[in-house]
Amino acid sequence: MLRIENLVVEVEGKRILDGLHLTVPSGEVHAIMGPNGSGKSTLSYVLAGREGYEVIDGSVEFDGLDLLAMEPELRATTGLFLAFQSPVELPGVGNATFLRTALNAIRRGRGESELDAMQFLKVVRAKMSALGMKDEMLKRGVNEGFSGGEKKRNEMLQMALLEPKFAILDETDSGLDIDALKLVADTVNSMRKPGFSALVITHYQRLLDHIVPDRVHVLSRGRIITSGGPELAHKLEAEGYAGVVKAAA
Amino acid sequence: MAAVAETLDTVQTVTDGGYKWGFETDIEMEFAPKGLNEDIVRFISARKEEPQWLLDWRLKAFALWKTMVEPRWAAVGYPPIDYQDAFYYAAPTNKVTPKSLDEVDPELLRTYEKLGIPLREQERLQNIAVDAVFDSVSVATTFKDRLHKEGIIFCPISEAVRDHPELVQKYLGSVVPQGDNFFAALNSAVFTDGSFVYIPKGVRCPMELSTYFRINAKSTGQFERTLIIADAGSTVSYLEGCTAPMRDENQLHAAVVELVAMDDASIKYSTVQNWYPGDENGKGGIYNFVTKRAACRGARSKVSWTQVETGSAITWKYPSCILQGDESVGEFYSVAITNNRQQADTGTKMFHIGKNTKSTIVSKGISAGRGQNTYRGLVRIGAKATGARNYTQCDSLLIGDQCGAHTVPYIENRCMTAKVEHEATTSRIAEDQLFYCRQRGMTQEDAVGLIVNGFCREVLKELPMEFAVEAQKLLQISLEGSVG
Repeated sequence: MLRIENLVVEVEGKRILDGLHLTVPSGEVHAIMGPNGSGKSTLSYVLAGREGYEVIDGSVEFDGLDLLAMEPELRATTGLFLAFQSPVELPGVGNATFLRTALNAIRRGRGESELDAMQFLKVVRAKMSALGMKDEMLKRGVNEGFSGGEKKRNEMLQMALLEPKFAILDETDSGLDIDALKLVADTVNSMRKPGFSALVITHYQRLLDHIVPDRVHVLSRGRIITSGGPELAHKLEAEGYAGVVKAAA
Repeated sequence: MAAVAETLDTVQTVTDGGYKWGFETDIEMEFAPKGLNEDIVRFISARKEEPQWLLDWRLKAFALWKTMVEPRWAAVGYPPIDYQDAFYYAAPTNKVTPKSLDEVDPELLRTYEKLGIPLREQERLQNIAVDAVFDSVSVATTFKDRLHKEGIIFCPISEAVRDHPELVQKYLGSVVPQGDNFFAALNSAVFTDGSFVYIPKGVRCPMELSTYFRINAKSTGQFERTLIIADAGSTVSYLEGCTAPMRDENQLHAAVVELVAMDDASIKYSTVQNWYPGDENGKGGIYNFVTKRAACRGARSKVSWTQVETGSAITWKYPSCILQGDESVGEFYSVAITNNRQQADTGTKMFHIGKNTKSTIVSKGISAGRGQNTYRGLVRIGAKATGARNYTQCDSLLIGDQCGAHTVPYIENRCMTAKVEHEATTSRIAEDQLFYCRQRGMTQEDAVGLIVNGFCREVLKELPMEFAVEAQKLLQISLEGSVG
């Protein structure tokens, strides 16, 4: 599904990713853990196609396509989704309008027909009730005045609605209480099936208690320094990054 | 390519071929001789078979105009206008005034159809009465009979002069006098057509009234005059739309709109202005120098101006309210977009004269390319306007780094008990907002359209439904793909 080979990325001349290799097969959920400044967010932005990240070397193959050559919106319509760490506010843009525009863009990309307002409401309401979200969220501006938890919940709603093939969760668990954390996990788990993969980026092992990953990778100084099964997350929690990083060096 | 450069490029491509109303209708026209003098004024008046009083009124305006100088205080720049190098009257040579749509030149009906104003369908399907003004004359007014049953008069102003002279004579120039300003004086001397509306006492107009202005002929100025009177306790919503062919020359549009609202009357006046804006280098386009003013004469009367200004090379207009009646209300909601070399100096004037008068101003300016956008507004509160209140909000959105946004609010308060509030913000479309939208599958253009529409939401929601959709699309076309 996703194959990253020797990825080298600089931001304003500073090397952030330095020869990163990672393969996430179809149907698997992988976790990336690592200390602050190890390049976790950079990896998610490079994959999503954000500007300001210069790819010096390497390649990323997504679903057989050269991901790095694609515009951000094409990556999205091809099935790549990024749940943002800090989702931006779009003042005055109604959440319903935003969600419908996004869903129809994705549906067009998949060669499906667009949904009119009524059809859309039906679909989105079903997803919202599954997430325990109130209708009122549709009427508000996108993330406008949302609490941290509401923003993350809105990200999960978008993920559930857009049904990507590959989702990246960039520290979606940061700043969440245990109920919200559970909701994030439930959303990801409900989507797990053949043909859906996810890359869960997190500092903490606690999210991985709820989303049990197939593989855990440790990122340090722009490279994956060690990988393992779910037990690696527990080891990290017990020993801290320093010990694991040192042992791998 | 950097986001900004890419955005500007997109804006470029969109505007280059983007003005889809730029076609020309090939139709036989009658022109007045080029230039402007007393004889031309007499020519226009004679063509319209006007009574002596109106000819005298025009001549007085012309005499005043000759003594006046063009205002230069607005933050817009343009070469001197040669007023002798234009036609002041151009009309399709259809000798008889059409009584119904069946008598209207089919070529004209096709033109309006192409513009998205299918007059025939409009008559049948939609609940909107339309007066279509083509260059100097009104070519068709729909729904006349149905409105007539309610006692509502909706017709070309030239027809009102003939059929309802007492109303026209009483109100014409009563809000914008002939000598009010340079362009109003010019309009008073040579105005050719426009709409006249009278809503009798206590009548709620059952449908939207709409005038669609089209400049077609070359080297022609358009000087329409609109007069709307809402008698005591009446209500009306009026819409105005406008387009013009793409031409290399600049064409002058100097309209005057006068609104009168009596006791408890309410007028909602909405404009979607889409005159040809000129090309990306600023060649061609309409000079839109317009005087719009409302008199809230009656107690508890209300006038609400909503404008979406996307077109014109230069826009110079300040729809205003004179709040004479106690507890009268004036509102101004505006979206103005300038792209490429467009310049806009627009805003409003609210004169609080009566007690407990209230005004609200919401202005949204969007600048892209090398566009310059100025909000200029005056709130004047007289000594007797006790309890008067004003709230003003001016927001500017910048796209790219070569455009400008300016806010020039004037506040004059002579009343201790008045309350005046002013808020202003300037922002850019942030790169992270765009990226967020694109990550959700939207193109750069869709993303900008969405963000701009969000920015303008407070104004767009004031538009009648039929117009709001149009306006949203128009914003998208005028601006697609912008960020800073």
